[in-house]
Amino acid sequence: MAANSFASHASPAPASVARNPRRLLSGNEAVARAVWESGVRLAAAYPGTPSTEMLEVISRNAAADLYTEWSVNEKVSLEVCIGASMAGSRAFCAMKHVGMNVASDALMTFTLTGANAGMVIAIADDVGLSSSQNEQDSRTWGRFAHLPILEPADSQEAYAMTKFGYELSERFQVPVILRLTTRICHVKGLVQTGERVEVVAGKFEKDPRRWVMVPGNAKARIPLMYEREQQLREAAETSTLNSIDAGSDRRVGFVTSGPAWMHVREAFPDAPVLKLGFSCPAPVEMIRAFAATVDNLLVVEETEPLLELELKAAGIVCHGKDFLPRIGELSPDVLKPAVARLLGEPVQAPATLPAAVFPRPPTMCVACPHLGVYYTLAQLKNITIAGDIGCYTLGAGHPWNALDSTISMGASMGVALGLDKGRGAADKDKKIIAVIGDSTFLHMGMQGLLDITYNRGNVTILILDNRTVGMTGGQSNPGSGKDIHGALAPRVNFAKLVEALGVKPERIHMVDPYELPTLFKLLREETRIAEPSVLITNRPCVLIDEYQKQQPYTVDTDKCTGCGNCIDVGCPAIQVTRREMAVKPSGKEVELQFVGIETAACTGCGLCLQPCAPDAIIPARAVQAINVMTKH
Amino acid sequence: MSNFHAPNGVTNILVVGIGGQGVMTATEILAEAAISLGHDVKKTEVAGMAQRGGVVSSHLRFGPKVLSPQIAPGEADLIVGFEAAEALRWCHTLRPGGLVLMNTARLVPPVVSGGLYDYPADPVAEIRARGIAVHAFDAMAIALELGDMRLGNSVMLGAMADHLPFPADVLLASILSRFGTRKPEMVEVNRRAFEAGRQADAGVKQETATA
Repeated sequence: MAANSFASHASPAPASVARNPRRLLSGNEAVARAVWESGVRLAAAYPGTPSTEMLEVISRNAAADLYTEWSVNEKVSLEVCIGASMAGSRAFCAMKHVGMNVASDALMTFTLTGANAGMVIAIADDVGLSSSQNEQDSRTWGRFAHLPILEPADSQEAYAMTKFGYELSERFQVPVILRLTTRICHVKGLVQTGERVEVVAGKFEKDPRRWVMVPGNAKARIPLMYEREQQLREAAETSTLNSIDAGSDRRVGFVTSGPAWMHVREAFPDAPVLKLGFSCPAPVEMIRAFAATVDNLLVVEETEPLLELELKAAGIVCHGKDFLPRIGELSPDVLKPAVARLLGEPVQAPATLPAAVFPRPPTMCVACPHLGVYYTLAQLKNITIAGDIGCYTLGAGHPWNALDSTISMGASMGVALGLDKGRGAADKDKKIIAVIGDSTFLHMGMQGLLDITYNRGNVTILILDNRTVGMTGGQSNPGSGKDIHGALAPRVNFAKLVEALGVKPERIHMVDPYELPTLFKLLREETRIAEPSVLITNRPCVLIDEYQKQQPYTVDTDKCTGCGNCIDVGCPAIQVTRREMAVKPSGKEVELQFVGIETAACTGCGLCLQPCAPDAIIPARAVQAINVMTKH
Repeated sequence: MSNFHAPNGVTNILVVGIGGQGVMTATEILAEAAISLGHDVKKTEVAGMAQRGGVVSSHLRFGPKVLSPQIAPGEADLIVGFEAAEALRWCHTLRPGGLVLMNTARLVPPVVSGGLYDYPADPVAEIRARGIAVHAFDAMAIALELGDMRLGNSVMLGAMADHLPFPADVLLASILSRFGTRKPEMVEVNRRAFEAGRQADAGVKQETATA
């Protein structure tokens, strides 16, 4: 979880250290601290796991001369930082790996203009996909955009490399990429910190040949970019961030970077290791010299074989993905068998195997407004639902199974239009629905809706407005009515916005997702009309501060008939207490599921009352609130 | 306890449970205790979307110098299970001769309640069947007896206190300093929860010895 202010992190230091006490910081907190100490004057980001806490922590420590914002998407956040750098202020931008896909349009030209004041862009790769739709290697951007990449291996390095990043950025007038992974962002380690140094803002100097990238000007910048890349390569060849541990067992020498370096050191304490901190442009000659000192060279990189291919192209004989997996983390238990295979040694089987235990997928929260939406969608027949990215992606799971696609931020719009326009005869009667959250809609969904209205698509759109970025822990967005500090900010009017994007006023409905019959009726009506319509649900997320709990409910076990209708709501407070087989009057055999409600978890939203035919769900007396889990 | 005998002097503690149970907080308190003794510390979670009721496993490693933050399979000195099935899920990561300390309370997810999967009939017995030493007790019942479910965290920490390579008082001080600065009124009740957990563990130990 995110930290509070820097001040609250103090831990007692060993007596030998007279400076600041070392603090137990996550990689994200360490980067935030370094950004603050580096005199950065503007920091911008869009939330995304595992990167979110960087900007959260910076914003809590905003100095009078440090502006922070949640931007509407990563491209805008990068552009805001570009402007600040042009204006002469050090800038910081953070995003998750897929964020750079959105921001890269700006990046690919920013590399031509270069930075004025220092700029560090932290990109957090979700190696192992703990909370992402794909796994991609952001080191690719260094090759693609000809930018330097720094790769810390722990919190202390994340702190130090962020600070070094600003020096490097200003020395070469280049934006610097700080490549993090989940195993850096969310690991806590001890960090020796310093103090904030004020860096006075420079001045924007008009220089169209540098800042106005029309073809003639851009063409003249390209050779400068390659010249800069060559200078950076020379800097990497001699950088102290790239170091060699000579080791004693020379059978396998490792070239590695980031968290993989720690895993290599842990698994092979006696091996020669070349550690890359300044990893792009790659110090190929340094690696060539190292390769000559070992029997086998193994490149250990998460996740793509980028360095391995560069080394092979340079004529350096090495191994890499021929022994190591291309997906997931390269932890010691992955490395050891791979190296055994390389050396032709027997591979040891794991000592013990895991027990078979049920999976425990994430669930939606008790009383989540999305429950009403997915309960209703699951009742509709003959529909295809294009989904999007957020908590509501969980609607694809048990018990709703109510999403047919998830691709990228805002993709529900375009995918729905394509499902409509591209339908074959077999799907001619299918109703097409798109489901998107408020923040995702503002991030990248608006353009897709404009495409739907402009091209007269037949799509019913659900905008689930819960007033926050829920999945990443409740950050604000232009639909929240609050800024990054919680101060009042203009709140976008979704009904007016979608009308301005071309949806007819009579096709726009505000609806309470707890009112299941209204939601069902509206959805059925609107999907029958062959033009774009928008339903905006208006219940806030239950995790935001303003959420008010109501009196909880319980089940009158004498009245419960075991119909199981309430289970379809998908609320984690509803538990099956007993199953029984029964024969219906029609002769059909059914399984009855009698239920109980964990009253301590129930917040009284009343969703489950609506499908309960025998009125068996009744008010309970309030009890000590606990988490969503229950005791069996 | 038992012998913390890794050649590199690093102690590996794996705390497992479910999002919302306080697993990450407990590990943070343990980490602070280790830091107060001058150890190098690394702490990492595989939490995924844990805020939504998913599995949480929190790795804590401390000693003279810690490299990888992850505890390799078969190298955990101590596994602390905040939930019965979660203790079973992770017990294979214990080193030979290690200890599983676990809450016997069962937290049933919707996929089990909904009939898609079965909850293990007897997680404690299944772990013991692997030849693993287990200290098991109902921490949730103890917390409820003390008046608040959320005290389960301090109960579990108390149960760990006599299985660490440093005195129990160091851990207690780490808990109390955390509450002392944030919620002074919570100090006394957490001290009681800590002691109750410690006693519960001692009771289990005695039973195991005489059994």
